[in-house]
Amino acid sequence: MSEKVNEFTSSCPIPIQKYPNVTLAHGGGGKLTHQLIEKMFIPAFKNSLLGAQHDAAVISMDGMKLAFTTDSFVVQPLFFPGGDIGTLAVNGTVNDLAMCGAWPLYLSAGFIIEEGLAMETLWRVVQSMQRSAQAAGVQLVTGDTKVVEKGKGDGIFINTAGIGIVEHEMSIQPKSVRPGDEVLISGDIGRHGIAIMAMRENLSFESQIESDCAPLAGMVQQLVNGGVDIHCLRDLTRGGLASALCEISESAKVQIQLDESRIPVREDVRGACEILGFDPLYVANEGRFALFVPKNDAEKALAILKAHPLGTGAAIVGSVREHASGLVTAKNCIGTTRIVDMLSGEQLPRIC
Amino acid sequence: MKYMDEYRDAKAVHQFAEALRKITTKPWTLMEICGGQTNTIVKFGIDELIPKQVTMVHGPGCPVCVTPLELIDKAIEIALRPGAILCSFGDMLRVPGSREDLFSARAKGADVRIVYSPLDALKIAGQNLEKQIVFFAVGFETTAPANVMAVYQAWQKGVKNFSILVSHVLVPPAMEAILSSPRNKVQGFLAAGHVCTVMGYTEYEPIANKYRVPIVVTGFEPLDLMQGIYMCVKQLEEGRAEVENQYSRSVRREGNQPAQLLLQEVFKIIPRKWRGVGEIPKSGFALTEKFSDFDAEKRFGVSDYTAEEPAECISGIILQGIKKPNECPAFGTRCTPENPLGATMVSSEGACSAYYRYRRVSANV
Repeated sequence: MSEKVNEFTSSCPIPIQKYPNVTLAHGGGGKLTHQLIEKMFIPAFKNSLLGAQHDAAVISMDGMKLAFTTDSFVVQPLFFPGGDIGTLAVNGTVNDLAMCGAWPLYLSAGFIIEEGLAMETLWRVVQSMQRSAQAAGVQLVTGDTKVVEKGKGDGIFINTAGIGIVEHEMSIQPKSVRPGDEVLISGDIGRHGIAIMAMRENLSFESQIESDCAPLAGMVQQLVNGGVDIHCLRDLTRGGLASALCEISESAKVQIQLDESRIPVREDVRGACEILGFDPLYVANEGRFALFVPKNDAEKALAILKAHPLGTGAAIVGSVREHASGLVTAKNCIGTTRIVDMLSGEQLPRIC
Repeated sequence: MKYMDEYRDAKAVHQFAEALRKITTKPWTLMEICGGQTNTIVKFGIDELIPKQVTMVHGPGCPVCVTPLELIDKAIEIALRPGAILCSFGDMLRVPGSREDLFSARAKGADVRIVYSPLDALKIAGQNLEKQIVFFAVGFETTAPANVMAVYQAWQKGVKNFSILVSHVLVPPAMEAILSSPRNKVQGFLAAGHVCTVMGYTEYEPIANKYRVPIVVTGFEPLDLMQGIYMCVKQLEEGRAEVENQYSRSVRREGNQPAQLLLQEVFKIIPRKWRGVGEIPKSGFALTEKFSDFDAEKRFGVSDYTAEEPAECISGIILQGIKKPNECPAFGTRCTPENPLGATMVSSEGACSAYYRYRRVSANV
């Protein structure tokens, strides 16, 4: 349980005068989302599994360890280069399970469909969920369907929950990160966010940027089987690499020092970020994760990642040092160091 | 990436830093005008690479930061009217007005949309003939040509459901206001490269002469900034006060003349209020009589708003380079990006926000 959390009370813990209504930034994955979780949800549902604040809860039952998680998908456009809401809904939950080092087994799916959605569209989504589940080796075993009036949804929203089995003895979580660890990422960053942005806003670039959406459990299993001493795993979704590392540094009370020149970002993604005024460190991914391992295991882990078809762009991008309260810093291309902070809400395109 | 990596080359940056150390004999205070330049200086730690005697203070060139409170209140008021669609650049949405920001207005049901160009807003007008589309035309000379183009096209096509809420400000009068203040510390300027791409730099020549300050038109990458600082200090050390162009890959002395002609037709120069600074004569644009039908303030009757800044915020003093963000007692404590007292803490180009994001190590952590 985080020390910051206050006792649960009946009065609303989010200052009303500041935010009388929920804004989009509360769902952006930055500080406001964090505030909602820390001040409202965790105190309300107080328990040690939730308090661990991991991508999935790991539950021990009769000597068996199960990982359990849920995620909702509200993306627009529904179809984008490299994936669609269906591939996201399956891979998102599969990846949350994988981030505990679990092997994903079963998924549920809840569909909230807006009246008037073309049956053909629904069928395309279902087909891609089927293909993604097959590729990830999971079965979709239960589900629910609701239809809302036209105008009360955005085509289709999908919630998935998943169960996986944990077959190792490692404690893979932010608190296991130690000074001296090395930080690896499984490939180039920023593609999913830019692919969605380009499509949503009708921005065209010389080449099409496709989402990196992919299931990560296979790669994680190779690390487990290869005997890598995994301290922490985190998929780099909403909020990107920066937000993930900020959360981990805060939880583990360490400083994570990145070397920006070693972080792979594809040329076209960098270009798009420059135009929009975005920092690729904060752009969403759907098929990338960060890995914390002791220094001695870093090269072995890198070799395992690089040998996997989804990990050819993997790199060691930083290291962990002692710090009292938690901090992320980045050494940039001209050799100076800056802080990498969590954003308040989503990145906003700048004026000029 | 071409045209970027060359200007982030560590070796070249350090060579300029070394050359700057060799020529610097006295303490100098320089101001970079543009928020984009401030961001690069703080993000890349340029101010840590230059000699201790050279102090960089951060100028007023952040469009989000200088847009007065009442204009944001007006934008929110318009957005909340039934049948209105307010279109804006993304970074205006989080700036607090006197009561709330545009994001909160959107949460209450206002139709507020992020666009990348005013021409996108004009397109939305074409697709929503029963609605009134308002573009929040914020910025310096850089964004003005696209804004006047949207108005001009709307006028040509006789579009009836499009207007702009104008909050345009101009760099040279702000520089004069800074230089004529008795508290001024600025001895040389890095002028904003993109502003000069549009306007050229002839209007800076009389300022350099009158106030005896060197002005170097400068770009936005680390190497641009290092070279701009070097050129400016060199002039100061040699006792010169001229306008020089570091950003010659984008800026010509006469600027973009077709854009300037269109600006003169659609906009006239008026006094404008700058957030935190106050009114500066001849420092902004408004629509000319011919195009006044496209003035959203008139169309929605929101022209008589006034609003006061929180007393604790010293953004005006920061925007004039008199103090630095970390010298403000509220910095990082009562004023953070989540709970900003003033706009310089909100915009990604605001000096306070840049210090908060990249610099707390040296400030208060």
